[in-house]
Amino acid sequence: MEPSIIKDRVAIVGIGETRVGKALQASEQELTCQAIAAALADAGIDPKEVDGLSSFSIETTDEEAVSRNLGLGDLTYFVRSPHGGGGGCATVGYAAMGLVTGQARVTVAWRARKRSKPEQRPWMGTAPRVKDRLMWTNPFGIIRPVDELALFFRRYMHEWGATREHLCNIAMACRAHANRKPESIMYGRTLDRDTYFSGRWICDPLSLYDCCLETDLAQAVVMVSADRAKDCPNKPVYLHSFGQGITIDSGMLGSLFGVNPMHTQGYIAAEMLYRYSDFKASNIDVAQLYDSFTPWVLQQLESYGFCKPGEAGSFSENGTLELGGRLPINTGGGSLSDGYSHGYNHIIEGVKQMRGTSTAQVADAQSCLITSSDGAPTSAIILRN
Amino acid sequence: MAEVLPKTDDEDTEGFWKAAKQGRLVVQKCTSCGEARFPPHPYCGKCRKTGHEWIDCSGYGRVWTYAFVYKPMLPAFEAYTPFPIVYVELEDHPPLRLAGNLVATPDADINSVDQDRVKIGLRVKVVFRDRAEDVALPYWMPVE
Ligand SMILES: [Zn+2]
Repeated sequence: MEPSIIKDRVAIVGIGETRVGKALQASEQELTCQAIAAALADAGIDPKEVDGLSSFSIETTDEEAVSRNLGLGDLTYFVRSPHGGGGGCATVGYAAMGLVTGQARVTVAWRARKRSKPEQRPWMGTAPRVKDRLMWTNPFGIIRPVDELALFFRRYMHEWGATREHLCNIAMACRAHANRKPESIMYGRTLDRDTYFSGRWICDPLSLYDCCLETDLAQAVVMVSADRAKDCPNKPVYLHSFGQGITIDSGMLGSLFGVNPMHTQGYIAAEMLYRYSDFKASNIDVAQLYDSFTPWVLQQLESYGFCKPGEAGSFSENGTLELGGRLPINTGGGSLSDGYSHGYNHIIEGVKQMRGTSTAQVADAQSCLITSSDGAPTSAIILRN
Repeated sequence: MAEVLPKTDDEDTEGFWKAAKQGRLVVQKCTSCGEARFPPHPYCGKCRKTGHEWIDCSGYGRVWTYAFVYKPMLPAFEAYTPFPIVYVELEDHPPLRLAGNLVATPDADINSVDQDRVKIGLRVKVVFRDRAEDVALPYWMPVE
């Protein structure tokens, strides 16, 4: 097969994160800079050496502000990835492309998100007149992301015979891992099956424990070429593979107008991801799967090939997804129990797994899959050590 | 009831809203290959040509999926929680679907259909309600 130009050629050499909290004092811009400064310190790289930046199209702190605050070098490469949470892993993929093509030598990728207050939820700002795809859903009270996910999962249950017991497996796996990580929002709060099923409805069939947290935090990674990475203080974590995906029927969030909404964007990203990869679903050791809502995790177990379509429910049973199981997921607690940064905590946690420093470390883990959404146009990466 | 309304003056979608104002449920049909499509867009993804007519649908469909919305919600909807939301697959143009609400009678509120009655496969018929000078929205009434 033809070679991939980015495979193992770039490494993440620094990670940085702010505290995960509610109503943090610092502005989103300040949080951004805290995380990037920490990532550069972790990498042992002077801010003046940074010449590339990569983030989300929805990021509110722009390149100029980051550069001005942190005294970066002249920037020669700056990119943004679209589609909200679906763009998370793409920020890492795009950063790698800047490095392997020689457009940048040190690239920082990040996400900051200050959304812990109810009035900061994007759907609260729904306009009185809506256009584009929103005009077909919003006038009927299909407003929040959870509404579309609930509609998706009802159909998923109908098609495959899945139940809320399976969603509970996802929520409990994430919580068990958060209970091992002191920085997680849910560190001190266990979740058992009774508690899950006592959660109030948000949009039936989804309840409180199917929904991610809303938090304030920022997280960043520093990337350099594989050659340069050998001189950095931390064990290099290599970007092994990168994929993005949009289906012909794509439409936020569940593509419910499409012919087959169960054929999600993840199937496309997975095909790209595995095309050049030495790791396939069968030998991926640990996964950080986008968990804005529990049903996405079930769906991704299928779209990324860990089981056949419709079999994720039974795959999730018997502790498969918890530490010690076949495929531990969201080992930092994920969006459901650690904090929500549009999945950037998944990237940070993936690096920790490959360094061997996770609080829920998978023994001898050599590969980690990280995904960004599945309902939105999506992206995913495989890290190795 | 609904204070969130569509913008009806977009070139690609205004045909739907003009028909709705006349109480007609329409979808696009490609004048080249005959493929029906919804939501509306200017090119036919099957034959890659422009050109379409708006064709009338029977107005009958079946609930393809549903959920029940609970608080917190926008103020315009919160008084009706919990209320069902649905995607309806059109009986004469599957797999085309519309999103919407269920109503027990043409004038009833969006929480007027009992939760026990809401099932995948429930047969429904469209009714239109005027919501603004330029807007009539489709709602779905269960039929036996
Ligand atoms: Zn055509």
